[in-house]
Amino acid sequence: MTFIASREQHAMPSDEAASGRVKAIEVTDLVTHYGTRRILDGISLDIHEGEIMVIMGGSGSGKSTLLNHLLGLLRPTSGTVRMLGRDINRIKPMELHALRRKIGVAFQGGALFSSMTVGENIMLPLREHARLDENTMRIMARMKLEVVGLANFENMKPSELSGGMIKRAALARAVVMDPAILFCDEPSAGLDPVVASAVDDLILRLRDATGMTVVIVTHELESAFKIADRICVLDKGEILTVGTVAEVRDSPNGRIQNLLNRRTEEALIDPDEYLRRLTSDLL
Amino acid sequence: MTILAEEKQGVTIVSLSGEIDLQTSPEVRKSLLTHLEQGKDLIVDMHAVGYIDSSGVASLVEAYQTARQEGLRFSLAQVGQGAMRVLQLARLDRVFTIHATVDDGLESLKPAGG
Amino acid sequence: MGLALLAERVGRTTLNGVAEIGYAASLFGESLYWLVMGWRRHQPVRADAVIAQMMDVGIHAIPIVAVMAGTIGIMLAIQGIYTLRTFGAETRVVAGVALSVTREFAPLITGILVAGRSGSALAARLGSMRINQELDVLKVMGISPVRFLVVPVLIAGVVMMPALTFLADLTALGMAGVYVGFDLGMSFHAYVDQTINILRVSDILHGLVKSGIFAVLITLIGVANGSSVEGGAEGVGRATTRAVVQAISAIIVVDMIFVFAMTRQ
Repeated sequence: MTFIASREQHAMPSDEAASGRVKAIEVTDLVTHYGTRRILDGISLDIHEGEIMVIMGGSGSGKSTLLNHLLGLLRPTSGTVRMLGRDINRIKPMELHALRRKIGVAFQGGALFSSMTVGENIMLPLREHARLDENTMRIMARMKLEVVGLANFENMKPSELSGGMIKRAALARAVVMDPAILFCDEPSAGLDPVVASAVDDLILRLRDATGMTVVIVTHELESAFKIADRICVLDKGEILTVGTVAEVRDSPNGRIQNLLNRRTEEALIDPDEYLRRLTSDLL
Repeated sequence: MTILAEEKQGVTIVSLSGEIDLQTSPEVRKSLLTHLEQGKDLIVDMHAVGYIDSSGVASLVEAYQTARQEGLRFSLAQVGQGAMRVLQLARLDRVFTIHATVDDGLESLKPAGG
Repeated sequence: MGLALLAERVGRTTLNGVAEIGYAASLFGESLYWLVMGWRRHQPVRADAVIAQMMDVGIHAIPIVAVMAGTIGIMLAIQGIYTLRTFGAETRVVAGVALSVTREFAPLITGILVAGRSGSALAARLGSMRINQELDVLKVMGISPVRFLVVPVLIAGVVMMPALTFLADLTALGMAGVYVGFDLGMSFHAYVDQTINILRVSDILHGLVKSGIFAVLITLIGVANGSSVEGGAEGVGRATTRAVVQAISAIIVVDMIFVFAMTRQ
């Protein structure tokens, strides 16, 4: 089942976003395989400028694969991914390179470079892409560290930080170039609820201040419901629905409700069949 | 992006306009630091700034700190909404002296100025 | 059936091998591209990274290379004298040691040591970076991992390996001289004179050029294994082992091909 998201936006917080509904990302009929196994099966999804789109799904739903395709790290079997109007699998390397300066990514584990200090990590995109004075770069890095609540952690190594701090430092690095699109992979996974909530607030504040588009991949319901403008529910490589928080929460679709209530389909299986599986070849 | 500078009542007024981003902020930084070398108080007129990114804000921060070390006064005037949001994100609205207009800024400098 | 399966397995392994060699070749091409074009694209290869790698690959390897080369020198002298004694030509050992050290043993032992030290470290570093998604981060930041991570190691290797090999030449020849003096009573001065007489510049260059090629092999094999790691920390361990074994095998085989091409004229 394919669902093309095209419904009216509601309650867009920033006026830039409400005016146009310009598409920041446009995925059309994306099909991908891992070896011979089909992972994504005809995904079509539009993400509008300035909105927070949460891509939700359990493990094996294909959400991480979808993220990797949005980032251009994997090539699809068929279908297109257009980012800021450009087909990322068909543009010249130089153009893709230019496009990548406009996106920021915070990976699940932070992916900070362990050989560099936190400050150096955050300054790296600036060093590589901009020709700024050293002072400007340092101030920028410290500003971002202030924003994520890690002031004075500039000279620490990633190994000296806790999981929550690493995620926040990764977020600081992701936004240091003031990207047009921010991608976050499981921003609050593995964090205690207070820290997780703080990271969510942080993402909201960043979007409200800069008007950037945010794409979040997560399996955490609370977090998704809290920060999403729209939610895309993914299951077994297909989009079950795309809609506002209320629309997804009140969806009559049984598979969506199962996912929301964390019931797996195996839990609904016939007990005789289950018993047979456990004891086959034995009795 | 253009930078214009004039002098009013012994105060340098630097008017920025257009987009201040990674490409143009080094120029802004250099201009502000050069003007501060003259040893006069400085007001940055921001009303025509369409967009300012963090590198632009960082340049303002550096100029502000340089001014303070020289014992000079440094303020921003007519900061637009977009720029204000960028300042607020890093809570820099509480650090900079921000005036509604350039004239307000000049007024506030008067008693001690000269 | 069994034969078909065997054929399939052989075919698949061959295919994988060809694919890996192809990957290493393209890696080399990309490295050269960044080395030349990086400046023009305002994305130069960073000098500080190159220097850090030179320290790691070269300077820190000096003690072990010196000790091993010295040991090999003594060993060659012992074996040489033992062998030549059957012809009553013990003093010819000087020529044997001089040529075999500069042309073969110095580059070979240096290559094997660097493969063990730096090839494995490179595979482990890239492997853990891949697992932590640090390589993905570089790509999405628009920073070429080849330029950022591979080229500095490659430059450091190509510069430092010949330097280490020359150091190995000196220590191996020196220690052999000490042993020859002790066993045959030849003065060190006479030993040096004879060695200089025997050696031509081309003999030394033969070894140095080979060691440069070994450096390229070690780097490409380390990178290829590290950047394709799958399966967590265990995968990193496997890739590290594979990198060392493949690098040493490649060194020996390429050495033979090189010698064949350069010596039979």
